[in-house]
Amino acid sequence: MARVFAGLGLSLVLFFLILPTLIVISMSVGTSSYIAFPPEGFTFKWYAQYFQDPDWMAATWFSLRIAGITTLAATVIGTLAAIALVRGCLPGKEFVQAVTIAPLVVPHIVVAVALYLTFAPLGLTGNLYGFVIAHTMLAVPYVVITVGAALQRFDPALELAALNCGATRLQAFFHVVLPNILPGVAAGGVFAFLASFDEATVAFFISGIEGKTITRKMFEDIDFNLTPVIAAVSTVLTLVSLALMGTIEIARRRNEANSDG
Amino acid sequence: MPENPVLRRRIRGRPLSAGGYGTTASLVLVSPLILLLVSAFAYPVGRLLWNSVFTPEPTLAHYARIIAEPLYLIVLWRTFEIAFIVTALAFLLGYPVAYAMARVQGRRAILVAACVLVPLWTSVLVRSYAWIVLLQRNGIVNTVVQEMGLSKAPLQLLYTEGAVILAMTHVLLPFMVLPIYSTLRNIPDEFAKAARNLGASAPQAFLRITFPLSLPGAAAGTLITFILALGFYITPALVGGPSTLMMSTLIAQQTTELLDWPFAGALSAILLVSTLLLAALYRRALSFSKGFSNG
Repeated sequence: MARVFAGLGLSLVLFFLILPTLIVISMSVGTSSYIAFPPEGFTFKWYAQYFQDPDWMAATWFSLRIAGITTLAATVIGTLAAIALVRGCLPGKEFVQAVTIAPLVVPHIVVAVALYLTFAPLGLTGNLYGFVIAHTMLAVPYVVITVGAALQRFDPALELAALNCGATRLQAFFHVVLPNILPGVAAGGVFAFLASFDEATVAFFISGIEGKTITRKMFEDIDFNLTPVIAAVSTVLTLVSLALMGTIEIARRRNEANSDG
Repeated sequence: MPENPVLRRRIRGRPLSAGGYGTTASLVLVSPLILLLVSAFAYPVGRLLWNSVFTPEPTLAHYARIIAEPLYLIVLWRTFEIAFIVTALAFLLGYPVAYAMARVQGRRAILVAACVLVPLWTSVLVRSYAWIVLLQRNGIVNTVVQEMGLSKAPLQLLYTEGAVILAMTHVLLPFMVLPIYSTLRNIPDEFAKAARNLGASAPQAFLRITFPLSLPGAAAGTLITFILALGFYITPALVGGPSTLMMSTLIAQQTTELLDWPFAGALSAILLVSTLLLAALYRRALSFSKGFSNG
């Protein structure tokens, strides 16, 4: 009897967790233009509207460009720093580590307002460069953490062997170290991409009338005109996140299973 | 083991552990990160805080305003109150989910994991939007309530404190579940079984063996959830209204509508200090500090 109640309670919590996602997806294919549930009919017209709307498309491309450059910058900067933090001899290492994860701990609203205050006079609001700088700063801790973890699992003797065989530092890194930590680097890159693409708080503050991210555009539309197009955009965003994170999760589990056996 | 002269010379040549990087190289490698963090994080945040104390001259007037005006004290109190309720709810709902995630096998395990991970991987914006759809006047919850005859007129659910708490609990629940799950997963089921063999009932075995062992994860999850809840912006801004103003939405209002930067700086300082104190207090419990367990 107790088991039945426990199972029922658990099912309710799981339903609570998954319900909003299901609602958004089902609304994005419903025909009515106001919010109705259960949705009537089936249509892709909201998706068509999204892909035909120049404002939505401009915001989407702007976000994709920011996220692409951010991924590259954060992955390179984060990987270099992780090497120094895990394998290097760094004065004040503890301090650097604490500062590295600070952007994860400090509330985004504080960072957002502070960036607006500093970026506005420099003309870095509503601007690709401003966004790339801000998002790289927000994304880089994820790369340092994932690559740092991968480096700790990597046996330094392998690199030493390469050096002994006459490889230079760079050769040893690209031919021995990098291939071994590549899953960690790739995972860090995906986290960085999503940290930028899904980022809404800082984007809300440093967007401009011209340079507007997809999250800022969504925020405005949710506040002012709640159309099912938002549900379509939301579903697209969700599918992108799920595809990327799902790939990482499957790769991680496969990796785990391999190292167990 | 035979000595390898080449290996020995190499090692002696480098003062550090085998194959490690020296001080200069390490500094060069970490410098882009430091440059980025200083220019895009430390300097802007520092400037915001500086403004709060030195505008127009050294003064604590902007901080005094927070204490002097009841409205701001109420906002401060409400922020901690909502963060506390959200954290408590997330713990009560999240612990059983984490337990199920760690103990259930096979297909069901995938189902439980999906229910936790799918919302986590969905943008906060999308999830807040979903709650607006659910809670608005002609929304789904009101439709159900009216059809069941529980209420004749649609209820005002959106823009209330209850809505903010509900939506924030949903958004932050995975951050509670995952740290608890990762500790529970590492507690062998045999511990509880041994306790049962020695005559403990199932609740006793859980309360006296499994639960105490899972406390580090519970502490980490509770702390992360509370910290995130304190500074959360998107969900309170969309689901809440003027009567549910929190620190984050008040800071936004001060900067975008009133352009009162020194006051926004003072509010940010309070939010920042509360967050950092909590983070320092539980630093050991925070799962992400485990990534660098070399110190």
